[in-house]
Amino acid sequence: MTARIVVLAKQVPDPETPPSQFKIDESAKKVIPPSGVPPVVNGFDLNAVEAALQLRDVGEDVEITVLSVGTGFVMDAMKKPLAMGADRLVLVDDPSLDGIDSTATVKVLAAAIEKDGPFDLILGGRQAADWDQAHVTLGLAEVLGLPLVSLVQKLKINGDSVALQRVIPDGYQVITAPVPSVLTITNELGEPRYPNLRGIMQASRKKPESLSLADLGLSNDDLAPKLKLKKLYVPESNRQVELIEGEDEADSGKKLALRLREEKLI
Amino acid sequence: MISVLLVAERDNQSEISQSTLQAITAARSLGDAQITAVIAGDADGSAASLAVDRVVTISAVDSADVGIYEQASAQLAALISSNSPDVVILSKSDFGSIVGVRVAFRVDAPFAPDCIEISNAAGSTNVTRPVYGGSALAEFEIASSPAIVTLRAGAFQPSNDTGSPEVEDFDSGATADRSVYVSDTIAEVREGIRLEDADFVVSGGRGLGGPEPFSVLTDLANVLGGAVGASRAACDAGWIDHSYQVGLTGKSVSPDVYIAVGISGASQHMAGCSSSRAIVAINKDGDSNIFKEARFGVVGDWEKVLPSFLATVRDLKA
Repeated sequence: MTARIVVLAKQVPDPETPPSQFKIDESAKKVIPPSGVPPVVNGFDLNAVEAALQLRDVGEDVEITVLSVGTGFVMDAMKKPLAMGADRLVLVDDPSLDGIDSTATVKVLAAAIEKDGPFDLILGGRQAADWDQAHVTLGLAEVLGLPLVSLVQKLKINGDSVALQRVIPDGYQVITAPVPSVLTITNELGEPRYPNLRGIMQASRKKPESLSLADLGLSNDDLAPKLKLKKLYVPESNRQVELIEGEDEADSGKKLALRLREEKLI
Repeated sequence: MISVLLVAERDNQSEISQSTLQAITAARSLGDAQITAVIAGDADGSAASLAVDRVVTISAVDSADVGIYEQASAQLAALISSNSPDVVILSKSDFGSIVGVRVAFRVDAPFAPDCIEISNAAGSTNVTRPVYGGSALAEFEIASSPAIVTLRAGAFQPSNDTGSPEVEDFDSGATADRSVYVSDTIAEVREGIRLEDADFVVSGGRGLGGPEPFSVLTDLANVLGGAVGASRAACDAGWIDHSYQVGLTGKSVSPDVYIAVGISGASQHMAGCSSSRAIVAINKDGDSNIFKEARFGVVGDWEKVLPSFLATVRDLKA
């Protein structure tokens, strides 16, 4: 029987944007998209896509659905999981979803999963590169009332359970969880694969399936934030580096050590 | 007066964790506050002398809960429902990050992770947290209670005060879901000082170009009596194990001296080391971000700079 896997994915500003190009519109409390740097699918979410694809690699019969909530989707970015090998892309696309908080995001995801489900596994990345909260997938498990295991670096389906390795600060845990469960996948799983040409061609022919808030039986009232963003700004760094220059690089290394001793740092 | 529920944790040696002592400082900074510390297990040793008004133990939480935190979440949600605190403070640890979210969704409360500032006035809690990998700061107002927050390690000084709180046990009688089993915990045995405890950290990044240079970094760390770290790029490349990773998704360190070798200093990396007393950078690209964060730096090829630096440090230490 086909195992249905849904992977949560978020479109974010490219986290590799150089700090010099990272700008904020403080009155709008928003990041100004840097020119020429298109958004990407959050890298940790691609780890989760990779995890699902690895299940297929070992012979599991899986259908992989990628689910995203937001607005202003850029298809070149959002189709990357399809190009990697995912089967479907479902977008809950609605202007009112712009800038919603994580509680509202969880609500919308839960409604979409109930409508499109049932799923055997719900996978998310460990956190998103924009708000760094690491809690949408965890909250979703609570709302759906499903078991949760976070920071998974290895997974294997064994019939109606999954065998997992969960990263802890100095090692890992061996865990068995039932199906269905909610899992967050960490980058220790390994780099997401690069799409090959065939994958890119297939992805270009696939159309995302769109859902509106109304399709999910939700309205703007369901999106009220619990946290109110008061201010968003780039902190000022007033640190001034003291560059040590010697006659050559080896001399610089020596002078650096002497300078640190002078400052009683070593 | 506001009531604060502080979720305390123990470290690997069963002592109250540094991050909990930091959370006490944060709780006391909220002004006229009634502080209750809650801790899983018994109130042995240092838990009974925390500088708080009351200590609640939850002895029903056992070691089988580690990693899943299902029992702790169920008990804590029940405690919050019965005590109605204004603010709940946890550490941004593995435990705090997971239990904080689970509880927030169970009691339908606002949750703010990884905060570096917290205040409370006129019934509202205000928090500041780094976002976009540390490139920006966001200030939030939380108007409803309980405001559930986790604090970033190192954002507050640890409290050295002691107290004589009343101690009582709590058990909601909640039976936790037992469908997830932890069958084994594999600890990676590491010699030397823990990265988080080291006074000196020598970290390597993408600029090292491969795994071999980490042996030079290890030599330097040994001479300094410190530990080796790495950037995510170096870990993802497989040059060194992920348990060495410093940064937003790795470990947070705050040594006296953080020596960054071949690390460009992306904000996600700096999030794990910016509370170091002094950052020293060696990087051949003088425009890289690390020099905006460092106190001392050498612009140059680490292969030429590091050996003479190491030799001089060795002489100074001799």
